[in-house]
Amino acid sequence: MTEIHLKNVHKAYGELEVIHGINLQVQTGEFCVFVGPSGCGKSTLLRIIAGLEGITSGTVEIDGSVVNDVSAAERGLAMVFQSYALYPHMSVYKNMAFGLENSKMPRAQIDERVRNAAELLQITDYLDRKPKALSGGQRQRVAIGRAIVRDPKAFLFDEPLSNLDAELRVVMRKELSALHAKIGGTMIYVTHDQVEAMTLADKIVVLQKGIVEQVGAPLELYNRPCNAFVAGFIGSPRMNMFEGHAVRDAAGLAISIEGLRLDLSDLPSIKDGDKLTIGIRPEHIAVHADGLGELTTTVKVTEQLGGETYLYCDAPGLPQITVHQPGQLPIVKGQALSLSFSRAQMHVFDATGKTVANGLTV
Amino acid sequence: MPDTAQSSHAVWHVLTARRGQGKLHWTDIFTYLYLGFGLFLMFAPVVWLVLSSFKTPAGLQEFPPTLLPLGQVSVAVEGHAEPLLLFDVTMEDGSVRQLAQIRRVGITAQMIDPANPEERLQVPIATREPVREFRMALENYRDPLERFNFMRYLWNTVVVTFAATLVTLLINSMAAYGLSIYEFRGRNAIMLFVIGTLMIPITVILVPVYLVVTNLGMINSLWAVILPGAATPTGVFLLRQYMLTIPRDLIEAARMDKASEWQIYWRVVMPLAMPAVAVLAIFSIMWRWNEFLWPLIVLNRSEVYTLQVGLNSFQGELDVQWHYILAMTVVTLIPVVIVFGFLQRFITTGIASSGMK
Repeated sequence: MTEIHLKNVHKAYGELEVIHGINLQVQTGEFCVFVGPSGCGKSTLLRIIAGLEGITSGTVEIDGSVVNDVSAAERGLAMVFQSYALYPHMSVYKNMAFGLENSKMPRAQIDERVRNAAELLQITDYLDRKPKALSGGQRQRVAIGRAIVRDPKAFLFDEPLSNLDAELRVVMRKELSALHAKIGGTMIYVTHDQVEAMTLADKIVVLQKGIVEQVGAPLELYNRPCNAFVAGFIGSPRMNMFEGHAVRDAAGLAISIEGLRLDLSDLPSIKDGDKLTIGIRPEHIAVHADGLGELTTTVKVTEQLGGETYLYCDAPGLPQITVHQPGQLPIVKGQALSLSFSRAQMHVFDATGKTVANGLTV
Repeated sequence: MPDTAQSSHAVWHVLTARRGQGKLHWTDIFTYLYLGFGLFLMFAPVVWLVLSSFKTPAGLQEFPPTLLPLGQVSVAVEGHAEPLLLFDVTMEDGSVRQLAQIRRVGITAQMIDPANPEERLQVPIATREPVREFRMALENYRDPLERFNFMRYLWNTVVVTFAATLVTLLINSMAAYGLSIYEFRGRNAIMLFVIGTLMIPITVILVPVYLVVTNLGMINSLWAVILPGAATPTGVFLLRQYMLTIPRDLIEAARMDKASEWQIYWRVVMPLAMPAVAVLAIFSIMWRWNEFLWPLIVLNRSEVYTLQVGLNSFQGELDVQWHYILAMTVVTLIPVVIVFGFLQRFITTGIASSGMK
């Protein structure tokens, strides 16, 4: 049962600061996912927790005790690396037993633990093989097994699925989720793939440029992003974003973007002339076959996936609009398409990107 | 035996390889000529050495030299206790007879026909030609190995080579580990410093090292040869460059697995650096086996001589015993050739990756 607490953690390489004061608490048994674009510092943060990187200032606490000066070996955490980092010259069994041998565990106990973990991960048949004789998915299991046998305080995963093909990734994702349910334990998982984050996490930490943008449950981030970055990062395909200025007209304060008028009168914090960004997710845009929507666009690309359809539409003066519709639509490239936008699911961001409103009421 | 058939097929394939299919292109001919010339250049001296090592001292002095080791045929003749040397003699009538020589007096020789021992002939020595056959002077090998304690030298060399190689591998790999796995300020400076010592020729440090060795009381012990050259900059460089290619994740995984630094070195890095270690081992064996100058200086008693120093002892100021030198050179070559034969693959990769020879 492990709680990990970061307090005002800074990390700099020489002059270059890459982590700018991060405060974060990971609760016991929680599956916490760090997500962000490459270079956002998520892997560095994980390595800081692991003890593989030192910090410039702040404290890292594990179960209430400060571990800033405790070596990686002594922190009692286990890590699964992106490259798996299996020892190529050792058999699968040896790979899994290595950590236990180092802590001077009796042989019988090592054997029992390794076999139990192998059973759990269904790799018993491969115990005598060398890593190079395994497929990517099997290596991944061995790497996880190596972490499990140590019965660590917490599991750290550094983009563990990114070397697998798409199909296997989905399978392993489910298995990881099941594994967490089975063995419990605190897990911290780093990924740049927001789908992995959404599907696995109890709590998602969105990072950008070394700062935490938002922490929350997956759907909370999806429904109530606290800024434009999180709104854009979470959700696939990306949220559509339109820029414009608030203008007071006869009917009150509103924003008009190329013929699309949004009433902002219930947002008192917005003043006349403010630069705003409007965001709306592809699935919250409705298609009007009768042509009576708010905006007429031209379909540039259609992606018919059978179960769902993605439409990429151009409208003069606007960035390309992505529309997601369930089922199969008889729409072809070049066709004119009338769209309408659900006000209740519209997000408004101010000039700095901060969320002004998640959903308009009028 | 399908295996043999297959491998002989493969050998044949290599030997008859050509640029395109079928016809012999002019570049094929050129290549074979070039390779043949290279083969001759490389192997002719070695073949010459081996053939000459079986020649008698007289055979070595002979001019023009013969290719094969030859010895004069002698025959047992009735009435003579010792076997007599056989000659082809051109008689006055132009016929050639094979006669045995009893004795030589001035420019004439007293000869006898082995088939007809009663008849004695006086023959001018200019008209006779020794009858010779292929014969190997094995005493060139037997004498040094028995009389001159060459087995002892061989043993000393083996001890020096193996002990020095083990020490070299241990010390160099530990230095390389420190210089590749740890990141610290001045790491590259230290590495440059180590590489820089390559520019100091051994002759320059000969005297200081000799003084150190003397003060440590190691003169005339094999340690004097083993220890001074144990830390080689080339070895450190070779191993370090290889260790740099070991993924850092592995080291970090080992750290997470509670491995001590020694365990990381011994159980993770060393097994992974085996190809480089093998290369260094081969180099070290070849260096140590062929080392001459330093052992010559510090080993002055014949019980501690290495092979190379022992070879040198056949070379006096006035008298050079070429037959022994040549034979013992062959003996000295054999282990290196065997090592090369078995580990040739490692050597070529080693040279390719390090540029050393």
